[in-house]
Amino acid sequence: MHIDRTEKTFFMFSVALIIVFAIAVGISGMVYGIALPTPPEGFDVNPQTVATPGVSPWGEQPPDARLHELAPGEYEVYILAQTWLYLPNRITIPAGSKITFYVTSKDVIHGFRLDDTNINMMVIPGEVSKLTATFDEPGTYNFVCHEYCGVGHHTMYGQLIVE
Amino acid sequence: MFKRTNKLTGWYLGVAFASLFIGGFFGPFQSLEHAGVNLYPQLQAIGVQSYYQGLTLHGVLNALVFTTFFIVGFMTFSTVNSLKRDLANHTVSVVSLVVMIVGLLIAAVPILLNKATVMFTFYPPLLANEWFYVGLTLVVVGSWIGGLSMYLTVAAWRKENPGESIPFIALASTITMIMWQIASLGVAVEMLILLIPWAFGIASGTDPQLARTLFWFTGHPIVYFWLLPSYVSWYGMMPKQAGGKLFSENLARLVFWLFLLLSIPVGFHHQFVDPGVPAGWKTLHSVLTYSLFLPSMLTAFTVVASLELGGRARGGKGLLGWIRALPWDSPSYTAQNLAMILFLFGGIGGLTNASYNVNLAIHNTSWIPGHFHLTVGSAATLTYFGVSYWLVPKLSGNKLFKPKWALAQAWTWFAGMILFSNGLHVVGLNFGSPRRTMLGVSPYFNDAWSPLLIEAAIGATILGISGLIFYTVIVGTVFSKQKLDAPIEMPVAEAYHDESHVPAWLDSFKPWIIATAVLILVAYGPMLFYFFSNAATRWTSPGFMVW
Ligand code: HEM
Ligand SMILES: [Cu+2]
Ligand SMILES: [Cu+2]
Repeated sequence: MHIDRTEKTFFMFSVALIIVFAIAVGISGMVYGIALPTPPEGFDVNPQTVATPGVSPWGEQPPDARLHELAPGEYEVYILAQTWLYLPNRITIPAGSKITFYVTSKDVIHGFRLDDTNINMMVIPGEVSKLTATFDEPGTYNFVCHEYCGVGHHTMYGQLIVE
Repeated sequence: MFKRTNKLTGWYLGVAFASLFIGGFFGPFQSLEHAGVNLYPQLQAIGVQSYYQGLTLHGVLNALVFTTFFIVGFMTFSTVNSLKRDLANHTVSVVSLVVMIVGLLIAAVPILLNKATVMFTFYPPLLANEWFYVGLTLVVVGSWIGGLSMYLTVAAWRKENPGESIPFIALASTITMIMWQIASLGVAVEMLILLIPWAFGIASGTDPQLARTLFWFTGHPIVYFWLLPSYVSWYGMMPKQAGGKLFSENLARLVFWLFLLLSIPVGFHHQFVDPGVPAGWKTLHSVLTYSLFLPSMLTAFTVVASLELGGRARGGKGLLGWIRALPWDSPSYTAQNLAMILFLFGGIGGLTNASYNVNLAIHNTSWIPGHFHLTVGSAATLTYFGVSYWLVPKLSGNKLFKPKWALAQAWTWFAGMILFSNGLHVVGLNFGSPRRTMLGVSPYFNDAWSPLLIEAAIGATILGISGLIFYTVIVGTVFSKQKLDAPIEMPVAEAYHDESHVPAWLDSFKPWIIATAVLILVAYGPMLFYFFSNAATRWTSPGFMVW
């Protein structure tokens, strides 16, 4: 098969470009820890029972009780997504805190994207979406549903308040 | 020549463009809503119940119906005209067309009645009326039958021409259909095993994560199904229209085989932020997606080199002077060249989306519709428009109506798309505004979005006008009284180098299909096995109609 010299050069250049990109992505993941959500261990959620008190951490009432302080400056929160709200939908933590989100849905698929962070996940019934971020700057950060979840989809959001 | 095939092609194209007309109608309204001009209360007068019903029509009709009908029609036409042999069995193609139309009508009823406002991705547990799923499945099955008709024709041609290699355009068209048939197995399984029994109440629950996985098994390669017909034209036809030759024909064959091999086992790159897919599988699909970048780069090189041959043959001189010498007075050529330029940006954006954790920055933000209006909305759609500027005159026997308007159509699409797409890309990347959302009335609307959403809305309005010009030209051509002076033939580019000898491995289907199947098994087998073997505990989601 005939391949032109310039075309060969161009092809090698493309291969090199891809390798550079792959290395950059690798560094961002391994050195800076920018991670994708993966299935966390130890959960077995059934969307039909997940909201029942006592059955899962998303059933605890009132919803504010689903924010747990693990250690000074270290939190985790269990957010239940449903048409068309998150519970809890107002979360307050002190500046400098690290917080891990565990989000699941009791009805349809939702989304969860938190402003000014690398937190962006699908929220799928039967699965648990988990990501962590640290907040140094005080302020109000919106988390917004970014997957169509019915006719009230555009009203679905919550706020993280860093004091 | 090939009168009956031409007629069939005309039908496919007719349904395609009628669907796009209705689907495309909503585009400008969506963008205007984002910019604060909410016309949906007015649209209720014509029966549109919500933004989301309109968006479902926009996605289903544009991305699923328009594309599939156009592609099956165009690929049938290109195969026959490339082989210079009529369809082996017209009846098969007629059955394909009828099944597709029946499916479309069955699916259309629930959407129009607002009983299937589930977007073109129909992710469960959103539960549409059962006939929506049945109808869409029939459209897919009909497209398979259309593919079968092409294979029968290629096989018959082989028998009649022993020892000859399949001409490039016929080969590329056939590979496109094979790729689609393998790829659409994902959505077929989703429909037949998960959704249809569930929607008819036979199964009580479903597995939303599995459904997404099966959907994207088809959902990534479907973008190549939209794109490859454009590539058939860019490689096989445009060089001829530009007065040039196909720079390296055998490499072009290889590129199509690579698209068959690599288009499918990459679907998890649409599920990077799905909670139920382990990181290892996401990494594997990310790497495979990167390798898919290579045939795309070869395409960029070969197509530009082929056009350069044309520009120089037409007297263009100097480093860039050949560009000006290209046939910019031809609407068909211009539309496709502009589509290519838009696709350059679409390709760069696509690589961003596919870059593993970089996806976190843009997933499901306005960036995404900004991206795919460059790909399916331009590289595919604007190329199909360009093809139509010779194909519709050919099929109707009439001269192109108002060629100057057609030229203006191409340029307005280009200009409108730049504004529209840029606005959406930037607002999504910088501010994370969500897609598929009635942004204008959202409680979290951020005033900083406004200038960008207004830019997009201006672009969308220009695009709407461009679309209207397109329909004027096409309808005008079909009903024109001015007959063609001489019949139009499909443009077929010659090879530049002497490539009359096609290596056997570039001319046989079997090894490539087997390799494709193996790669799919490796990339998808274990996860699908995991999902299906845990069905007892996983199929727990009841359906919801929440619109
Ligand atoms: C007049 C030209 C067009 C305009 C102004 C337009 C506008 C839009 C807008 C603003 C959205 C985003 C809506 C949202 O996320 O809330 C959208 C979505 C979409 N558009 Fe277009 N569009 C046009 C043409 C096309 C064409 C030609 C195609 C494909 C052939 C297309 C395919 C899609 C698809 C698949 C979606 C995604 C729907 C979904 O998220 O379910 N559009 N369009
Ligand atoms: Cu939502
Ligand atoms: Cu993809």
